[in-house]
Amino acid sequence: MKFKFIEEKIAKVLMVSSSIVVIAFVLNIIYTIFRRGMPALNWDMISKIPAGGYYNGGGGGILNAIVGSLYIVLGSTILGLLISIPVVFYLNVYLKKDSKLAYIARLAFDVLFGIPSIVYGAFAFTIMILLGMHTSLGGGILVITLLIIPIFIRSMDEVAMQLPKDLLDATYALGATKLETIKVVLRQIAPGIATATLLSIGRAIGDAAGVMFTAGFTDSIPTSISQPAATLPLSVFFQLSSPNADVQDRAYSAALILIFIVLIISLVGRFITNQFSKNKI
Amino acid sequence: MASLIYQNSTRASWAEDFSFLNNDKENKEGLALKKSYLKVSDLNLYINKTHILKNVNLEIPDKKITCIIGPSGCGKSTLLKTFNRLIDDTEGIKYTGSIWVDGLNIFDPKTEITEIRKKMGLLSQRPCPLPMSIFDNIAFGCKMHGEHNRKKLNQIVEEQLKAVGLWEEVKDRLKTPASKLSIGQQQRLCLARGLAVEPEFILADEATSALDPISSKHIEELFVVLKNEYAIILVTHTLRQALRIADHVIFMYLGEVIEAGPADEVFNNPKQDLTRKYLEGAFS
Repeated sequence: MKFKFIEEKIAKVLMVSSSIVVIAFVLNIIYTIFRRGMPALNWDMISKIPAGGYYNGGGGGILNAIVGSLYIVLGSTILGLLISIPVVFYLNVYLKKDSKLAYIARLAFDVLFGIPSIVYGAFAFTIMILLGMHTSLGGGILVITLLIIPIFIRSMDEVAMQLPKDLLDATYALGATKLETIKVVLRQIAPGIATATLLSIGRAIGDAAGVMFTAGFTDSIPTSISQPAATLPLSVFFQLSSPNADVQDRAYSAALILIFIVLIISLVGRFITNQFSKNKI
Repeated sequence: MASLIYQNSTRASWAEDFSFLNNDKENKEGLALKKSYLKVSDLNLYINKTHILKNVNLEIPDKKITCIIGPSGCGKSTLLKTFNRLIDDTEGIKYTGSIWVDGLNIFDPKTEITEIRKKMGLLSQRPCPLPMSIFDNIAFGCKMHGEHNRKKLNQIVEEQLKAVGLWEEVKDRLKTPASKLSIGQQQRLCLARGLAVEPEFILADEATSALDPISSKHIEELFVVLKNEYAIILVTHTLRQALRIADHVIFMYLGEVIEAGPADEVFNNPKQDLTRKYLEGAFS
């Protein structure tokens, strides 16, 4: 047999096996969460806030953490989008391809991308002390916004860099100013925006370290942004820290709920993306 | 005035010609007589110090098809992109000279670039529909320039689609994405989109080269009809296309205008040796 066919076969085996390894990991994690979390999952878990002694096996649920996480994700995603879209638009439409500012900005966002969330948390915490703020929903939203902005910008930017020059030219030729091209640019990069949003939501909802100092943790549902808020990852953490095996199982239920929320958001996100990208050229 | 309609681009004759522009009184008369007016004077263009366009002097006649021909890399497309200043976005660009559109120098800092571009419908090599529905593609420009009346927009969309012969083909699916159209239909849509903002010129940069022969013929036929209302400037690689539809021809070589004049004159009786050789197919 010719060498190139052997090469082809080996490459294929390698590709298939790495895919299997990845899928096996994911399935294993999901299986573990299901096995331990499913029996402890009940309606009370998602409809009640913790009753007294919840972390020692008492009654109640984790509605506080579900609502807190959703508030933080919603707030930071909206803030993040409002800040990131103008940045991406400026980098790609206003600045020239070899602009130094664009280069430095992209480098900065790459670095920010890699900074661990605990550092963001500590950074935001010092600012909060300076401002005399307490741990609060607002603080949590702030730190998660900082955390996801680099994700937003870099993943939208990758798509925006592929923006066809002809498309911008066609828009300019109709007499559009740079700002007026935004309607065209946004439609063209809509799938990128959707993907970036999904990635950001995944990171935002799953982050524990950033919100630990800033949003705090509480058994009640916040009614204003100045009140502390519980989050699902921290809820998992506190329950898992318990010596009581029943409470540990509840931690897996909380993880299951977390995964389920991410799944629903992803599916809805994909659906919306398809609606938006049907016009893409 | 007759002498203005077209001349060969020898510098002396253009210098005389240009003196007319400096004479305000005559200038205004000229504008009153002619609706669309595009004149290039002593245009030199450099990209990163490379001299791309050399001393270009031209006049584009109104309500005619002007074909710019010449071998690859001779600066045809660059010249076309200079007319609506799309070239501005190129790195390291520098130009001297002037281009007059309806009495305004488009390089004058006071001239609004969006107004100039609005006057120049652009048709690029590959059709480039906007990422929106067929209807919105045409309505986009009108909305941008302040037309929001739904009834009026419906009317404009219908008119322009009829003008490019696309109405019958798409009237039942105006809400579908423009990307679903065939490539030939997309190019006609792009033409309609340009016409909707009421330009005076149509700039076409090898607008048929990516199309199949039938779509290509369709676009050519449209140009012949549209020249009754617009000045059409067509950059083309295909000499046969220029032979078929050109009223005026500009032959460029290495960034210079070698010869320009009425089509039958340039094609049948070229004054320059280089033009003759190009037409004979000695180089392309």
